[in-house]
Formats: sequence, structure tokens, C-alpha cells
Amino acid sequence: MNYPRIFLCIFIMAAVTYLTRMPPLVIFKKKITNRFVKSFLAYVPYAVLSAMTFPEILYSTGNMVSAVFGLAAALLLAYKGRGLLTVAVGSVAVVFIVEQALQYIII
Amino acid sequence: MQENQNLTFQKGIKDGLPICLGYISVSFTFGMAVVSGGMPAWVAVLISMTNLTSAGQFAGLDIILNGGMYLELAVTTFVINIRYMLMSLSLAQKVDSAMTVLQRCAVSFGVTDEIFAVAMQQKGEINTRYFAGLLLTPYVGWAAGTLAGATAAGLLPLSVRSALGIAIYGMFIAIIVPPMSKTKPVAVVVVTAALLSCIFRWTPLLSSLSSGWVIILCAVIASAFAAMRYPVEEEEGA
Repeated sequence: MNYPRIFLCIFIMAAVTYLTRMPPLVIFKKKITNRFVKSFLAYVPYAVLSAMTFPEILYSTGNMVSAVFGLAAALLLAYKGRGLLTVAVGSVAVVFIVEQALQYIII
Repeated sequence: MQENQNLTFQKGIKDGLPICLGYISVSFTFGMAVVSGGMPAWVAVLISMTNLTSAGQFAGLDIILNGGMYLELAVTTFVINIRYMLMSLSLAQKVDSAMTVLQRCAVSFGVTDEIFAVAMQQKGEINTRYFAGLLLTPYVGWAAGTLAGATAAGLLPLSVRSALGIAIYGMFIAIIVPPMSKTKPVAVVVVTAALLSCIFRWTPLLSSLSSGWVIILCAVIASAFAAMRYPVEEEEGA
């Protein structure tokens, strides 16, 4: 395990994150009025999470078949308005069941 | 200016409690992800205690585990957390004018989506002691949940750990899907970013670009496109 690299990575993450939070609260007192900038900032979190999830979710489990089932379960639970933990655990459970079932089918 | 007497440290602690409970489950997943990726539990706790940000930590972890570049890590962290700038900016108009620079430096560490949301709901100006209480409970929950998740992951059998790989993405879906069904622009943002990301992943030449840069490009293009087509209403916060 490359600990110097891990420490440097953690430091970079912490420093950059803090630098997005601290300066506006300390320095700026004016409101952002530019409508494009405001809109852009409002949409960024969703875009980031979406780009991180797709298509990566299909490669996140033992095989793509179980991942597709897990994705479907997550979409359904999220659409029904379930909380973060329920959706996460629900998709994990479906993936687990499908992977166990696939073993028996293949054998 | 009259001081906001009802905003005590104790009220902050109490208001932070629901956030704390929500954070335990999310950070539990993060702790598991770190250990599943082959790193020790204390690394997970150290990341949580110095970062206090869900999406940023997961993205950072992804880059660390995939051997990404430092610049990639810095830019990705910045882009994902750029929304905190907007929140801190809004908070800057909301906090007590008596709050010193040092106090502002300290409390700004605790600006997260949920803490920001609760803080902005309060009537009048927010003082330091209330803000300190409000961020303390979630912070403790975030660290404790990470440790619990990291410890639990090591005890689980391989078949369960393989299935746990989808947990982070399940959580992301739980964040992006509900607002998609409520507002069309968010749906457009999510679908555009997802399509772009798939194109980058599955097009021969483009797929050589590392995941961090792909996320940044997709997010910037999708958000800029939506911001031009569907500018947010003037009175809306963020």
C-alpha cells in the first residue's frame, strides 16, 4: 500500500473541498445575480452524480446481468421515493440474490 | 442589531440530530467502499473527518483506487463540490454580522447540502454557537458511521462484498431520481450527462480518457446546456 500517495490524495481532497466552502463565507457579501451562473451551479450536482453512475453501475458487481437487475431495483425504489439507505441496500440485495441464483443455473 | 436569542448551541445540536442519523447510513456505505477497495479502516475515517462531503469523497475514492492523477483528483473534487461555493455565498448573507473571520473559517468547514438547508430555514440571522451545534452532531455521525461501515465490510463474506459494489450507485440513483420526476430540467440534466458518459465509455478513442475527466466534461456540458435552456427562477435559492 502506497501510504505517501494516499496521504497526499486525502490532503488534496480536504484542501480543495475546504477551499470551495471557506472563501465565499469569509470574503463575499454580495449575492450572485448572473442567472446563467446560478442555474449552472444548481444543475452541477445532478450532472456529476449521473455521469458517475452511468454506465459505471453496470461494471460494479460480479457480472453485468446482476448489475442490470440491481440497477432496475434501484430505479424502481428511488422512483417510489425511498430513502438513500433503502435504495442502496435494496439494490445490493437484488444483486446478491441474482448472483446466487446464477451460480446454480450455470452449475 | 438584536441578537437571535432562541438560536442556542443546544438547539443547533438538536436540529443536527436528524441530519446525523441520515449521515450514519451514507457514511456507513462509504466506510464499506473504502475497505472493499482494499484500504484500511483508518483511511476511511481520516477521509471522512477531513472532508465531510458524500459525493466528493466517493468520487475521490474512485480516483484513488483507479490510480488517477493528482490534478484529476483536485479538479474532480472541485467540480463536484463547486455547489458549496453557492451555499457559502448564500450563508454569507444569512450569518450574524458579529461573526468573526476566524469563526467564519471554522464553521465554513461544515457547509454541506443538509446543514445548509437546515441553517437557511431558521428565522433571522444565524450566530456562531447555533451553527457550531448544528454541524457538530452530523460531523460525529459522519465519522462514526464511516468507522462502523469500514469495520463491518471486513467481516463480510466475498459473495456479499461483490454485491456491495453497487451500493454507491444505488445511493446516487436515490439522490437523482426523485427530483427528476418533479422537474423537467433536472431530468434533462441527468439524461444528458448519462448519455454523454456512455458515449465516452463506449467510443473506441474517447474511452482512453480517464473517468475523472469524463465526469467533469459530461457534468459541465450537461449543466451548461440546461442552464441556457432552463434558467432557474429568480427567487429560488439553489
